[in-house]
Amino acid sequence: MNSSSLNLLIGLAMGLNLLALGSSRLPSLIRTMSLQGVVLGLMPLLVEAHAGWAVWLIVAATVVGKGMIIPGFLQRAMRTANIDRELAPFIGFVPSLLLGAGGTIAAVALAQNLPLLPEHAGSLLVPGSLASVLTGFILLIGRTKAISQVCGYLILENGIYLFGLLLLHSTPLLVESGILLDLTVGVFIIGIIVDRIQRAFDSLDTRKLTVLHE
Amino acid sequence: MIELLESIIRLALWLALAPLLPGLINKVKAWVAGRQGPPVLQLYYDLAKLWQKQVVLSTLASPGFLIGPAVAWVALAGVALLMPLGPAGSGLSFRGDVLLLIYLLALARFGTAWAAMETGSAFEGMGSVREVSYAVLTEAALVAAVLTLCLQSGTVSLVTMLSPAAGAGAALLAAGLFTVLLAENCRVPFDDPNTHLELTMIHEAMILDHSGPPLAVILHGASLKLLLFAALLTQAVLPLGGLPAPAGMAMLLAGILAVTVGVGLVESLLARFAFRRVPLLLTTAFLLCLFALLVAWKGRVA
Repeated sequence: MNSSSLNLLIGLAMGLNLLALGSSRLPSLIRTMSLQGVVLGLMPLLVEAHAGWAVWLIVAATVVGKGMIIPGFLQRAMRTANIDRELAPFIGFVPSLLLGAGGTIAAVALAQNLPLLPEHAGSLLVPGSLASVLTGFILLIGRTKAISQVCGYLILENGIYLFGLLLLHSTPLLVESGILLDLTVGVFIIGIIVDRIQRAFDSLDTRKLTVLHE
Repeated sequence: MIELLESIIRLALWLALAPLLPGLINKVKAWVAGRQGPPVLQLYYDLAKLWQKQVVLSTLASPGFLIGPAVAWVALAGVALLMPLGPAGSGLSFRGDVLLLIYLLALARFGTAWAAMETGSAFEGMGSVREVSYAVLTEAALVAAVLTLCLQSGTVSLVTMLSPAAGAGAALLAAGLFTVLLAENCRVPFDDPNTHLELTMIHEAMILDHSGPPLAVILHGASLKLLLFAALLTQAVLPLGGLPAPAGMAMLLAGILAVTVGVGLVESLLARFAFRRVPLLLTTAFLLCLFALLVAWKGRVA
């Protein structure tokens, strides 16, 4: 395992987590999220010493899926819904950044006390995954726009994917490709739902979805 | 005796070279904009002119109006004595001098803010409030950066702290310290040194009612602070201690020049940020330094 360059990539992904928490506009949030997806998508090549065709296939599918198709859907949804690009946060940018940073530090500290396999002990895979999951949670809780919540969900999935890399030797890649397919279809459906919400409510503010209409 | 003489020469060098930096920044800005720009030595001319002018005193002002700038200038000169110069070491060095450096910077800030409040004008008060409230965040970032350096070198003395390379977190540390430099010296994107719109300025708002020699002292102190931060940033990131003396000195000068040109480029290419965005950027600088600290700590544990 090429661990130092892997750790560098995971560090980059953790930095992108914080960038996502600090970005105040929707397009930059989507770009950050997709860049993180691409960075994570390249990782199986570093984890697997001898990458077979299956690994290359999954890497290509992840990069294309997370780097182009999903952000493409989201940007299309954003354009057709014609919404205000400023994010209106429940939790302000500075508090969410501090929460994210605190979560990242806590994740690193926690991972040092977990009973990991010796080959995973020096790696940032576990803290990176926990930090991404936390970032996803903060974005899901702290933002009001439906599309930014989708971004939060995708960053959360990135964290789970990172955790899955630990088990790359024992789980078949079929599982990962299934998740990727689900994700793409999910975002596709969310793109349609966003359009419907926009038509029905004239807004994508999820606070307005708490009241039932006849 | 020789040591005392050396310290005096060193301090004189710091004080004489400091006003060059704003001139260089202005030259870079003029070059990017395709203008001729003011001469590089412009600040020297300004200081000489201001020194000959008389002081206009507000009837409200207590002696603090004149003492404040002097306190700030002396504190910054003290920082210049502490700051090492690559392979040449520093004029004054002892265990834990880095704490004195942080407190002297705070004292300088206090001196300027105090003098600004003495005028009794609302604008100066507003400028002081902004300066001091931003300083809360920049100081946190600076302390995190200093802790990183302490942890990496295992010492608490500036000379030994700054000589080795910054290690794995060098890029984080450089980005964080550069942002701190921009904020502490009131450059774009935090403050526009050219603006004279009272509602948006910070440093300029504080010195609006100063004139003559006190203003010259404040301006010289500000340029000295810029040089100090540029030297700190360069030495924190580059491994100057391991090089032979001439190469180390040349590298230090090149690093300071690069930082200066960087400030000029940032100033030409960026607009000043809206006030509500500034705390976000300063928090980012703090987090960059904090993560450099985390990387250093992990490097020590592993």
